[in-house]
Amino acid sequence: MRRSASRLPWTLIVFLAMASVPWIGSRYDAFLAGQITIDALFAVSLNLLLGTTGLVSFGHVAYFGVGAYVYGILMKAYGVPFVFAFPAAGLGAALFAAISGYFCVRLIKLYFAMLTLAFSQIVWAIAYKWNAVTGGDQGLPEIPYPDLGWMSAIPGCGDLSTGARFYLLTLVLVAVALAILHRIVRSPFGRMLTTIRDNPERAAFIGLNVRAYQLAAFIVAGGFAGLAGALYGIFSRGVFADYVFWAKSAEVIIMAILGGMDYFWGPPVGAAALVWLNQQVTDYTQYWPFVLGSLLLILLFVFPGGLVGGVVAGVSRLQRIIAGRDA
Amino acid sequence: MLEVRELHKSFAGFVAVGGVSLDVADRQIVAVIGPNGAGKTTFFNLITGHLRPDSGRVIFAGRDITGAPPHRICRMGMGRSFQRTNIFAKLTVFENIQAALLAHHGRGRNFWSRSEDFYRVETEELLVSIGLQDEARTVAGTLSYGNQKQLELGIALTSDPRLLLLDEPTAGMSATETHDALRLLERIAGERGLTLLFTEHDMEVVFAIAEKIAVLHQGRLLAQGTPGEMRADPEVRRVYLGATT
Repeated sequence: MRRSASRLPWTLIVFLAMASVPWIGSRYDAFLAGQITIDALFAVSLNLLLGTTGLVSFGHVAYFGVGAYVYGILMKAYGVPFVFAFPAAGLGAALFAAISGYFCVRLIKLYFAMLTLAFSQIVWAIAYKWNAVTGGDQGLPEIPYPDLGWMSAIPGCGDLSTGARFYLLTLVLVAVALAILHRIVRSPFGRMLTTIRDNPERAAFIGLNVRAYQLAAFIVAGGFAGLAGALYGIFSRGVFADYVFWAKSAEVIIMAILGGMDYFWGPPVGAAALVWLNQQVTDYTQYWPFVLGSLLLILLFVFPGGLVGGVVAGVSRLQRIIAGRDA
Repeated sequence: MLEVRELHKSFAGFVAVGGVSLDVADRQIVAVIGPNGAGKTTFFNLITGHLRPDSGRVIFAGRDITGAPPHRICRMGMGRSFQRTNIFAKLTVFENIQAALLAHHGRGRNFWSRSEDFYRVETEELLVSIGLQDEARTVAGTLSYGNQKQLELGIALTSDPRLLLLDEPTAGMSATETHDALRLLERIAGERGLTLLFTEHDMEVVFAIAEKIAVLHQGRLLAQGTPGEMRADPEVRRVYLGATT
């Protein structure tokens, strides 16, 4: 049973379901789907540190924010087209991750976490105060959509609004980014990161330069977070200092843990669950943080491996029951 | 093979290792013994680069490795096992060995191929050699203590070391496990022509396999020599052996 279930091309099914939203869903559904898609990339980029390398970063939003601002500034001040500004956002965030990471990986555990938080607060302060470049508390409003006229040539896309077209572009770019991250996690490099997560002392004595690997993971994670940030800036039609506030770092950690940080697809599931819950709960009550806190508490006690961990455990228990009946 | 010259290390005024010199010849099996707190683990950490000595020299295979980082020393052909078991708990037994082989062959920079395709045959062979082939798919953290120690030895062997440092290789093992572990160690050391340097508190183990014994006491080398000489040494008997034999 498990074999036939695991052979289903789940990623393709989810991708097609997400891609159909502009046609079958409302505008609001498309908005939620866009939010989930971008958060999924952001959460997976964080999980390269959290779940794969065992580094708890409290400041991952800094790289998301740097990506958003690099894109916003290039677009608004210099009119750089999307094809160049989008990769530049990733590179800018990766470069900043290289500089801040150089210092962060010199510390361990809680000290590492505190330093990442410190760097993200520095980015926030710059975003908030450097009016001339970042727009200060006004931010960079009215980030235009990239030119998506060419999508009219694709059958079925002719009638779609620019917003819906940008959602589809986002979906494709995030899918490609996730495919690359998936490959990195499964590579020998990814395997080395998991040994560092499990046991850094031992990892050093199988011949690994632990800090160099941690820094490399930090740079890759920062770069992909920057890409997510750039997409988010366009998606929300503006880049604001709020994006870099530390609370968003906490939110993305919650996504990863809620979905299950031991699984590649855990953080996207967590992102979807959090966005959906947020929307459902705020319809009924303004005490959203209270409800979220309670839900998290229950989930973490019932499913210590997150939602995906819970499903995996449930499926294997079901298998044992079926196998027991057969025997 | 290994020359240690006048090694010193103190922590906030406390002298953990105070001027220890030791020679280990090629293919020799050398035990470092001493009561708890004698500085055995610190001494190992100074050799393998996990700690920097305050003064003194460590020369390995003719090269001065004093103060070099652990990953570099490991690559020169020194393997190590740790006192607390040091495996990759969330990976399977197979993945533990495979990962160590990837690291040893410098494949860690490859971020585009599938890691599971590498060194399958070599991993399988090494698992057979350490007797863990039946546990290949087991998650390492769930293995029995003795098996974890076996796996740790396997990880240490992936770098094809010439010198293997073992910190209390039989600590916490039952009598049968200890016996099996010694058999395994002797066989592997023989097959691969390894030089062994190990710490141990179990005197039976020490006298069973060591060719040379160095006695540490309060950070200083009290005596060194063959097992027979150490047994006869009145000073050694007084501080250490007296209680156990």
